[in-house]
Amino acid sequence: MRRFLTVAAVAAAAAVLLAGLLLGDIGVVWQKAALICLECIGIG
Amino acid sequence: MKRRIWQVAAAIALNPFPLNLIRGRIYQGPLKHICVPALNCYSCPAAFGACPVGSLQVTLASVRGWFSGMAAWAAAAASLYVAGVILLAGAVGGRLACGWVCPFGLLQELIFRRRLSLRLPVTARYLKYAMLAGLIIAAPLLLPYPSSPLFCKLVCPAGTIEAGAPLVAYDRLARVGAFDLGWLFAWKASLAVAIMAGAVLISRFFCRVFCPLGAAWGLFNRISLVAIDVDRSKCTRCGFCRGVCPVDIYIYEDSGSPECVRCFNCTRCPESAVRVVLRTSPAGRRDGVHEGGDITKQGQHAKSGGAK
Repeated sequence: MRRFLTVAAVAAAAAVLLAGLLLGDIGVVWQKAALICLECIGIG
Repeated sequence: MKRRIWQVAAAIALNPFPLNLIRGRIYQGPLKHICVPALNCYSCPAAFGACPVGSLQVTLASVRGWFSGMAAWAAAAASLYVAGVILLAGAVGGRLACGWVCPFGLLQELIFRRRLSLRLPVTARYLKYAMLAGLIIAAPLLLPYPSSPLFCKLVCPAGTIEAGAPLVAYDRLARVGAFDLGWLFAWKASLAVAIMAGAVLISRFFCRVFCPLGAAWGLFNRISLVAIDVDRSKCTRCGFCRGVCPVDIYIYEDSGSPECVRCFNCTRCPESAVRVVLRTSPAGRRDGVHEGGDITKQGQHAKSGGAK
């Protein structure tokens, strides 16, 4: 049972990662993140 | 020693632009789109990648239109990417990255002084789950104005030490004057100093009490591909495992403990009772991961003093 859970967890995690990579425009989010990062670390 | 080499190599690999530390710049090239499996601040001048903790807060908040103004579905997909990095690392190794990759874990191990060590109250470990559920997941999704990632802004000492401190030092030394430091920096600096002081006295203090990434990965320790196996027929409950454990656990009590950072120090067991297994391998399947169970009188003895 636990072996099945292990394989299922790895497969599900990989599927989530791939879905995000294929569907998302992560560059836009990170560009914005760069603008707010200084405030995030307590400066700016 | 072998693990320390891995940790140093990982820290260098995650921070390949050290000259940026003295130039006061933050690398913002395309590699920054890569989410790394460690608490390594996005804003660290030397870092090439993005910390999954900060990234998850930003992407989740972006689903509601905050920060980026991008389409909700695209932000949701970006959240999936970040969550996928966290989930995959957890499913493969549990907290393996805590013990072998995370530069902030390495820093804490370097400054910890065993001679001065204090024991952490058991209940303190639950704070990191509150951080994960409250600041990382709920706040970006529920707060009316999640103006910035709250964990990064209010708590994370890695950001202060890896990013804030070198940037402020450059700003002051080069007389740039770009940063107007206020209460927030004072709070973050004070908290970082307090947490580092805690890490001198309590092994892996931040990892055990505050780290939401470790909390998430710890949930996978019971089912992760890479696991620890304890052979109960060999184990004498001598307490050696706890003596070498950075998070003070008896591995024979619970080899899937969410606290275990998978450093594998316990595999140096003098009775060869502890080993690393792949849960899908025949060996891992045969022996399973012997979790829970009774603590024998020997175990109680070890707990009360045999683990020195």
